[in-house]
Amino acid sequence: MHLVVCIKYIPDPEAAFSMFSIDEQALKVIPASGLKHVVSPFDEQAIEAALRIREAHAGTRITVITLGNELSRNALKHGLAMGADDGVLLLDAALEDGDSYTTALTLAAALKKLGAIDLVLTGRQAADGDAGVVGAGIGELLDVPVLTFAKSIAVEKNTVRVERVLDDGIEIVEADLPAVVTVSNEIGAPRVPTLRETMRAARKPLVVWTAKNLGLNADHVGAAGSRSVRERLFAPSKAIQCEFIVGDTPEQQGARLAQRLREAKVL
Amino acid sequence: MNVLVIAELAQDKPTSASLEHLALARSLAGEGRVVALLLDAQTNITETLIARGADKVIIGVREAFDSYNSYAWTTIAASVAREHAVTLILAAHNPRGADLAPRLAFRLNAGCATGCVSVEQKDDTLLFTRASHGGNLRETLRFKTEVVVATVRAGVYDALPADATHTGEIITLNTAPVSRVRVLERKREDGAQRLEDAKVIIAGGRGLNGPEGFKVLEPLAATLGGVVGASRVPCDLGWCSHALQIGLTGKTVTPELYIAVGISGASHHLAGCGNAKTIVAINTDKDAAIFRDAKFGVVGDYTTVVPALTGAIMALPKQS
Repeated sequence: MHLVVCIKYIPDPEAAFSMFSIDEQALKVIPASGLKHVVSPFDEQAIEAALRIREAHAGTRITVITLGNELSRNALKHGLAMGADDGVLLLDAALEDGDSYTTALTLAAALKKLGAIDLVLTGRQAADGDAGVVGAGIGELLDVPVLTFAKSIAVEKNTVRVERVLDDGIEIVEADLPAVVTVSNEIGAPRVPTLRETMRAARKPLVVWTAKNLGLNADHVGAAGSRSVRERLFAPSKAIQCEFIVGDTPEQQGARLAQRLREAKVL
Repeated sequence: MNVLVIAELAQDKPTSASLEHLALARSLAGEGRVVALLLDAQTNITETLIARGADKVIIGVREAFDSYNSYAWTTIAASVAREHAVTLILAAHNPRGADLAPRLAFRLNAGCATGCVSVEQKDDTLLFTRASHGGNLRETLRFKTEVVVATVRAGVYDALPADATHTGEIITLNTAPVSRVRVLERKREDGAQRLEDAKVIIAGGRGLNGPEGFKVLEPLAATLGGVVGASRVPCDLGWCSHALQIGLTGKTVTPELYIAVGISGASHHLAGCGNAKTIVAINTDKDAAIFRDAKFGVVGDYTTVVPALTGAIMALPKQS
């Protein structure tokens, strides 16, 4: 079985937002220099999901793939250190600054080029853009079923079965392979590679493909092919001033809070 | 322009988000039509949707559409969108809408904007403002495509008052299209009143220090006629059900009163509760980010403050 995990390398989303600034001319988010980059956490959990599937199915091969820049090699190395078998980097100036649409288009072309894939995994959304569009887009472009927000994944014979997170519980859904599954945080913590695995991964070669290698016209991908245009980028304003309720004892604080809520007509 | 609203039900009533989206659709449609698509429903719901702004309701009967199925719903929604020449499709930003919208967008060669906090029209261009970067940022997008599919967060628009004189056309679908996804089972979490419709929410975070912390919140919730929710950390740690998760990847809630207990206030949590009318924060850390979004704050140990607050609320004189 061949599993492919689509991942994205992003500035650490857990970093304080004061580490980022907004370039209002370029309409871009600029991370502070030196801010570490990580594999988007949901994507890292998608790698974990793939590794768990391989544990149940000997002989499974796992490829990690990313669309990015030179820095994104580190994302693939991290995937390899976690246990993936090979890595593909889609690297080309023509592919840069795209949107969810061109990202899905590019990844779908790369997946076709890889060929004979049983299951494509990715995070439910990238932790920077938070759009959650690419996974579904890949499925549509490849014309295969998509199962989203997985908290557990089981592959049996020619089908994939997913426990899917709903707002009032879960549902169990099934589709024939090949399929795309997007992974939610409920799947659990990803494994942490050992130093030895990290060293070994650093020596594994990566495959690098350009737009031309993928048979993609430069006008159809990256910024040129994007369907969306960013008109504005801003931080939402916060106009609230917190009124702190003080008191000598918790009882006093509780009573005063109740009183203030009543006075403010909240209660 | 014609606008399609993907409406949803909860406890056999249209969700408040669906009614809000109908109002938004009505305001954007101008001379055009507002079409509502409601699958998995009983036919008596249609009048509500028409009274709240729909000009046409297409209803897939429960016998044929007895559960959400992304593949079948995408197929139906795409054919309805084409047939009615809609240029905008609105869905809820929840596990159904966020599943359906991107797929529908690709099926229709349309643009896709998820998690919108505003959709507006300016000089014949639709502008979509959405939260990104864990709720820290807003970006405003326009699309080069003819059609756009958007998921819109709950609580940012007001529903129209019901107008019983508004009339509309009703179409019933009795058969579902073939699906390549099979729904085998659905397990509902019982007990929890829907967080999305709750007027009062008491939410716990990492600062509860363990599952038993939720036991401290429950009497306060009961006293206020509210429900208990959570930030992501206690859900991931297994202290409570994931169904309680509020935030970017959980539920979006818009209660009158939101009491955040032991929640640091990371922006990805605020993305789910920032539109609450009044936020109260109880936290031991006086520098916690949550106080920047709270109207009232208590710096203290929740295990003593929350029971004290509960007792004090019970002791308040009844409102006349």
